[in-house]
Amino acid sequence: MSRHRIVRTMNYEDEYYDDEDEYSRSVEDNYCISPSTAAQFTWNREKNVDFAAYMGEEEVINEEEEDIEVDCAIPRNDSLNDSSNIASLKLTELDQARLISCLEEARNILGDSLPESVMSSIIIQNGYNLESSINQLLTQLDAPKPQREPRQRKNRSQVLTAASDHGAQIKEDSSTARSAVDSNQPSSKLSAPTAPLVTPSKAASKVVVGFLQTETQKNTPPASPASVKKSGQSVNRRNDASPAKNKDSVKSSSLNSGLSDANSKRTVSETVTSDFKTSCLNAAPLEENGISINTIDSNLRNAVEFMGLDGDKETIQSSIDAMKPLQATPKAKSKNSKLDAMSEYAKRHGNKELLNLVVIGHVDAGKSTLMGHLLYQLGNVNKKTMHKYEQESKKIGKSSFAFAWVLDETEEERERGVTMDVAQTRFETEKKVITLLDAPGHKDFIPNMITGASQADVAILVINATRGEFETGFDAGGQTREHALLARSLGVGQIIVAVNKMDTVEWSQERYQTITKKIGQFLTKQAGFKDSDISFIPCSGLIGENLTKPSSEPKLIEWYTTKTTLIEQIENLRPPVRPIDKPFRLNVSDVYKGLGTGFNVAGRVGSGYVQPGDKILIMPLGISANIRNVYIDDASVNVAFAGDHVNLTLSGVDMSNVNIGSCLCDPSSPAKSATRIRAKIVVFNIDVPITKGFPVVFHYQAINEPAVIKRLLSQLHRSSGEVIKKKPRCLVKNSSAVVEIELERPMCMELYSEFKDLGRFMLRSGGHTIAAGLVEEMVQIKTPLNGGGQS
Amino acid sequence: MKLTHRNIDKSNSGSVTLVPEEPEDMWHTYNLVSVGDTIKSTTIRKVQNESATGSVSVNKVRTTLTIQVESIDFDTQACVLRVSGRNVQENQYVKMGAYHTLLLEMNRQFTLSKHEWDSVALDRIDTACDPAQHADLMAIIMQEGIAHVCLVTPSMTLVRAKVETNIPRKRKGMCDQHTKGLHRFYDQIIQAFQRHVNFDIVKCVLIASPGFVKDQFADYLFAQAVKMDDKSIIDNRSKFVLVHSSSGFKHSLKEVLADPSIAVKLADTKAAGEVKALDDFYAMLQTDPDRAYYGIRHCERACEQQAVELLMVSDELFRAQNVAQRKRYVALVDSVKENGGDVKIFSSLHVSGEQLGQLSGVAAILRFPMPEEDEDNDADDSDD
Repeated sequence: MSRHRIVRTMNYEDEYYDDEDEYSRSVEDNYCISPSTAAQFTWNREKNVDFAAYMGEEEVINEEEEDIEVDCAIPRNDSLNDSSNIASLKLTELDQARLISCLEEARNILGDSLPESVMSSIIIQNGYNLESSINQLLTQLDAPKPQREPRQRKNRSQVLTAASDHGAQIKEDSSTARSAVDSNQPSSKLSAPTAPLVTPSKAASKVVVGFLQTETQKNTPPASPASVKKSGQSVNRRNDASPAKNKDSVKSSSLNSGLSDANSKRTVSETVTSDFKTSCLNAAPLEENGISINTIDSNLRNAVEFMGLDGDKETIQSSIDAMKPLQATPKAKSKNSKLDAMSEYAKRHGNKELLNLVVIGHVDAGKSTLMGHLLYQLGNVNKKTMHKYEQESKKIGKSSFAFAWVLDETEEERERGVTMDVAQTRFETEKKVITLLDAPGHKDFIPNMITGASQADVAILVINATRGEFETGFDAGGQTREHALLARSLGVGQIIVAVNKMDTVEWSQERYQTITKKIGQFLTKQAGFKDSDISFIPCSGLIGENLTKPSSEPKLIEWYTTKTTLIEQIENLRPPVRPIDKPFRLNVSDVYKGLGTGFNVAGRVGSGYVQPGDKILIMPLGISANIRNVYIDDASVNVAFAGDHVNLTLSGVDMSNVNIGSCLCDPSSPAKSATRIRAKIVVFNIDVPITKGFPVVFHYQAINEPAVIKRLLSQLHRSSGEVIKKKPRCLVKNSSAVVEIELERPMCMELYSEFKDLGRFMLRSGGHTIAAGLVEEMVQIKTPLNGGGQS
Repeated sequence: MKLTHRNIDKSNSGSVTLVPEEPEDMWHTYNLVSVGDTIKSTTIRKVQNESATGSVSVNKVRTTLTIQVESIDFDTQACVLRVSGRNVQENQYVKMGAYHTLLLEMNRQFTLSKHEWDSVALDRIDTACDPAQHADLMAIIMQEGIAHVCLVTPSMTLVRAKVETNIPRKRKGMCDQHTKGLHRFYDQIIQAFQRHVNFDIVKCVLIASPGFVKDQFADYLFAQAVKMDDKSIIDNRSKFVLVHSSSGFKHSLKEVLADPSIAVKLADTKAAGEVKALDDFYAMLQTDPDRAYYGIRHCERACEQQAVELLMVSDELFRAQNVAQRKRYVALVDSVKENGGDVKIFSSLHVSGEQLGQLSGVAAILRFPMPEEDEDNDADDSDD
């Protein structure tokens, strides 16, 4: 037959594929099975096959009976009778119609990935609002299937129950609460660091803290915190502990509110309770996603803002501070080691206090010499070395620099007679262990000075009393002012003003008084130091007068009646409270090859503590590493706490992955990194105003990075902090503003509200410090590509 | 750049034929060409031939094509301009409407025709074809641990190399690591420098840094040059100038160029002039904020009042894809010029131009103070 066709014009496709005859074939040929067979044997999701139909209903109800309140908000995908019919939900006709139309839409978007019953229940929850229910469904899809981990799920729901129960219990009478506290006494001992929080008779803010604690606890990763009371079985010590503590704190706070008469407290606690409940519910799906850490913060923030309605700023701050420790509790470390660490700190604390002291001042004020001589007098430098320095410095005609050589060790520094980088040593006094940071005074090395000052708690401001020298140092362009401002902005609270080189002015009282008056005025009025935190002392670094021993100089004794020496002044300084209970943070200020294997990083522990063997995360790269050794001042130690200057030996990571500015942190609560931040800045005395697009150098801890001020959001009143003007065109000197700053690459920072010390930065431009700032928010933004052509 | 032919009629439409001669000219061309123009140039095209038997052969053919520009792409590092679009003149190899990408090459002429040549574009041709010799300069901006090796030409600042190493700090009894790290750092800079410097073009080499790094580096550089017997560096020793800068980041190149001690050497670089103008603007903003305006709206309003003394515009704005927007800026420039004001068009590749670009791209110093009005805050600020 084909012979008769015209082959050339033939459509081959037709020829090949059209030969199937519609007739004379059965349905099976096309579909493999007949529709009736299909209906019988293949399972169709859309049909509501009730798998659990054969199971007894009671069993399910038993298990879930306590979480009715919670579960109504959570999709019931965890219950076993998944495929219950829509019809069973008893809807009106109108609702039914709406539900069906929503379902159809949802199916279009989501496909068959979720059973219909789940969808419908969510749609009903969301009041037939398609968008919100799809959102919820999608978050649910992302979450791992709960069925695979039935045990965890149960525990979670129990905690939820427990939490909501506490919420309810708060409104109950206080006597039961008291007994509950008593019954939970042992477990509260376990959480030693936070124990002070839960003691009764705290202020209103503490009440709130109690709730938030529960909240935080609940959101944090530890997977199966079984409630002690409910389950009765001990899972393991650690999991056991956290809910116990929750309960503990909640109850004690409820006790609190019960005891106190003030109504306001009551209302605060109640509102927060409700807030807490909702946040619990919101957090639930996220928790499964493993991104709970983000929610913690936002929850904290929400809650705190909530409280802000009732409390003043200080309480907010204190409560934020107080809340933070709780994030530290789910550390990867075992409870026992933590206990050890805390007791160890207490031991050491009782022994000698640690103080980080930075020495600042104008170039050639005699900082290094003063400190060098002090170290010599304290016996930290042996006579032999000192003699060597004297000889050598004499050889190059700089005999007056002999003491400075104790701290200035590089060839370059000795040759030029200028400190260039921060020198770090340690010495002990009767009551204190002091880490001494000798900062450079030259204006080109202010970046190094910032590194030093950001690691310090207190400062010695060295002033050159020589006629003319003090004036140049103190005038505009001198570093005395800039250093003092920098130190204050970087969180140094107490300052000793050492009026140095008094021998050059014959120990004149008059000179001393003019200097102290001028400096005192500047420090209190402009720099913002408290009057009580400033102390003055006349001395001479070169001849070593009035450093460790009371002076024997007759001209000085004549009028200097208090006779306090420099070392006594240092003894009088108070060390700040260290954030030991917060998650571990360390900003790397140096990376170098150590003696053994691996490599070392140096820096000050910003918060928390660190032990050899700890696993840490290096941010912003997100690489994990192990800590092999912890050294303080070349001595290996078991644990180092916030405030310590440590050298860590790292292993499990390449040296090139760690650089200055990397942040080592606790893997369970990693530091945040961003390329764009929103910050509050205080503008100093500047020559050119700051506009948007202004290029600056961003100094944070040990890092300096180029940055651009992207937006001027609002100008604030300098003292009250009110918004004066939105979107100002430029910022002039001595103003205060909220701005957005964009960095060239992501950097790890902490919010000022969370870590006071780690939330400060400085902006410099053209060799001048132009502003000090506090990180308010991390705005994560991908850098968009510019219009064209730019590199 | 050489202008070989120019045919622009009264209505400002027409074509010019140009021969780019140096990398810088590519930048000018990049600023001239805009979407919708037609450009004619010789190029290599793969042509597919199908023989009678149906076998296909591909060969490369050099042919002249005219395309209507659809996209422009400039590579700053190689100074190469790629222009792609559809063919508008059919020839034996290429069909009408076929896409092609022209790679504009040095010393090969091209013809650019526009429907409308505006004043900014014409000015650009004039400056590009100005035969006056200009100084190219090399700048090494550094601080401990970071260095930028830049080539500064009249209208471009090209970062040739960025060196970043970790230098261990000084610590008690272990200063040698610091010195070693420092030397490694210097070695890297020297390598980068040798690779990119061409002393035939470069008239001056700036070494800028805070503190003593520059002196140390210069000593080290010359010592190494002697050691390695690098004649080019030793012979050109007089071209090296040490300058102070506040940091080692790229934007401190701005202060280096503004440094009066070297301004003499660079009098003819456009870069220095731009820096000066921008500094003036900031100084004015400090002393008399009502005489320093930025943002297109503000500048236009000032221009209406004939108040503009100096207008600074980033050339980025003239590369706008949007014709209306481009016209708006051209109109502003024209009217300022008409009123006797001065106009400076900043190159967006320079540091100062980059900063101006961040500052909305337009800024003006006014003749007399004009009080600021507050009404128009929200509309035009949402650009970034």
